[in-house]
Amino acid sequence: MKMPSKSPAFLPVQTVVPAALTALTARVTITALVTLTALAASVPAAHAADKLKVGMLSTLSGAGAGLGVDIRDGFALAVQQNGGKLGGLTVETVIADDQQNPEVAKQSAERLLKRDKVDVMTGIVFSNVMLAVGPGVFAAQVPYISANAGPSQYAGEQCNPYFFNVAWQNDNLHEAIGKTVMDKGFKKVVVLAPNYPAGKDAVAGFRRYYKGAVADEIYTKLGQLDYSAELAQARAAKPDAMYIFLPGGMGINFIKQFVGAGLSKDITLFGPGFSADEDVIKAVGEPMLGMFNSSHWAHDLDNAANKRFVADFVKAYGRLPSLYASQGYDAALLIAAAVRDVKGKIEDKPALLKALKAAKFESVRGAFRFNHNQYPVQDYYLRVITKDPQGRVTNRTLGKIFEQHADAYAPQCKMK
Amino acid sequence: MDLILVAEQALNGLQFGLMLFLLAAGLTLVFGIMDLINLAHGSLYMIGAYLAAAAIAAGASFLVAVLAAVAGTALFGMLLEVTLLRRLYQRDHLSQVLATFALILMLNEGVRMIWGEQPLLLNTPAALSGPVELLPGLMYPAYRLLIIGVGLAVAVGLYLLVTRTRWGMWVRAGASNRAMTTAMGVPADRLFTAVFGIGAALCALAGSLLGPLLAVQVGMGESILILAFVVIVIGGIGSIRGALVGALLVGLVDTGSRTLLPAVLRQVASPEVASTLGPSIAAILIYVLMAAVLFWKPRGLFPARG
Repeated sequence: MKMPSKSPAFLPVQTVVPAALTALTARVTITALVTLTALAASVPAAHAADKLKVGMLSTLSGAGAGLGVDIRDGFALAVQQNGGKLGGLTVETVIADDQQNPEVAKQSAERLLKRDKVDVMTGIVFSNVMLAVGPGVFAAQVPYISANAGPSQYAGEQCNPYFFNVAWQNDNLHEAIGKTVMDKGFKKVVVLAPNYPAGKDAVAGFRRYYKGAVADEIYTKLGQLDYSAELAQARAAKPDAMYIFLPGGMGINFIKQFVGAGLSKDITLFGPGFSADEDVIKAVGEPMLGMFNSSHWAHDLDNAANKRFVADFVKAYGRLPSLYASQGYDAALLIAAAVRDVKGKIEDKPALLKALKAAKFESVRGAFRFNHNQYPVQDYYLRVITKDPQGRVTNRTLGKIFEQHADAYAPQCKMK
Repeated sequence: MDLILVAEQALNGLQFGLMLFLLAAGLTLVFGIMDLINLAHGSLYMIGAYLAAAAIAAGASFLVAVLAAVAGTALFGMLLEVTLLRRLYQRDHLSQVLATFALILMLNEGVRMIWGEQPLLLNTPAALSGPVELLPGLMYPAYRLLIIGVGLAVAVGLYLLVTRTRWGMWVRAGASNRAMTTAMGVPADRLFTAVFGIGAALCALAGSLLGPLLAVQVGMGESILILAFVVIVIGGIGSIRGALVGALLVGLVDTGSRTLLPAVLRQVASPEVASTLGPSIAAILIYVLMAAVLFWKPRGLFPARG
């Protein structure tokens, strides 16, 4: 099911004019594509497998840009550490911005597949964008390595041999925090999520493990930045805890306004790891102290791959990596492992898919393997925001919530 | 229904409405007096926000940043009027829409080239980042109270300017009969430039005040501009009073319906249906309001032209 990302209320001039322009661009693009395809057909296919072309389609502008930038930078770091290669092949990364807009993303993906002829694709942050782009990528038989978006649709009935999720299924972090809220004995919770596929997945995941009372379930527009009405509503419900799923700038603004409205005194705030990660902490700072969150990764996880990743990331970009950066990095490592295992023969699709599924790489989160639906089976941790010994506000890992946890949709996936 | 919730939402609606008023006031004057449809009005709001963010990044205090943004954007607006928009007064509305739409694209690209793709995040001034207890049990963010205060002060100031000064008399005359006003010897050129400057200054005030609540990003003026147009259509084109009433109506209806509708729907439908349907209907409600006003008063609530 594809959900519109904006309210379908009315078509103001503002929408109609760009829509007309988009239609015009689309027509020009199609003409250009037809010409290019004709040209390409006239030349014998000269695709040498000494190079790996990666299509990095991600959200690089607008309120969700911080997320895509971190995925891109994490991925680039892995390529850079390996001297510009992945699995022995020189990497060429073609970067495109989806502007968090499914329509723009579809056109960009088309261009990456048809004109640039990428060998693998990755980078999409938002599930509604992923659901729009997915069918085209699968039809072109190009492996898609998701470094974030993990819609329930592709985990269950619509699972696809070309879709690999190296992050987590949309419900997972929320299931973990739901269990935490339950275990900590909170009785009355307000849930806040954006009205789009991943928002519904999040609330479903939370409620799968939190069995107490939900005082209010509030849905906002995706990309909303002013939460005055929602905060008043939450205050009126008088909960003892509040659970938010608000990616990127949405979460940053919410937490600032939550503190500004004086709600942090009476309500304990819970969220998924990315609503309490380095990008958010950097923008909000001290008011976030004490916020509990769940993650499959943390920068203080004790394993060699992670230590190297965090140290190199800080050196390269001058900031601590977020969970998105770790996912982009792992996506590159997974591709590298698969390319290495097929000895660079990436045109052998069945072998490449098999190698991807085997996932023989050292993930920065520790143990990692794919379930039969090609979503991860992994551990989930509880983190809390505290001051570290150097006085920086950052996350500290408290312990495991789930061990080797799989998603709830896998049984519906017919893939072997 | 909880009284505190109602009071808090009323304040939220007031705050949102007053910010819309700052945008709509300039838009309605430009549209009313010069008969110019300026789609790029929202871009001035964006430029104001970016100038404030740049001033804060350069180490200015919040107050200085807002003043700098207002002054800078007013200058930019007047420059735009003198060099470009002035040529559009005699053209039809379609040319104006096309030209100012092109302006939106160029200004967006320009801002992107100077400040980059990423949104800039501002913080509320430390002194105003906490809540204030207005009544026992009624806590309200101090920063939003400041916005309400500034909005009301500007509304009163603008009202006095338009109703009590010679300049205001010209503006009102220009709005109700442009040809006659020019014929009576009003210095139209200077008047138009000044009106444009004031409109730009109000945009910048809204942009820099909302910056810390929202995010300063490319294209931020476009979504709010739609609402500003709805406001001036409801209020009547060219009327400051209409803009104020329209803005408050839209602000209260938007905030109120976003809270009340899901709660009401939950009485008759399942929570899932209510939480999906509620926000959708709430988003339509403003346009329903506009349609209703136009049905009974086709020229808006307070038409400037008799």
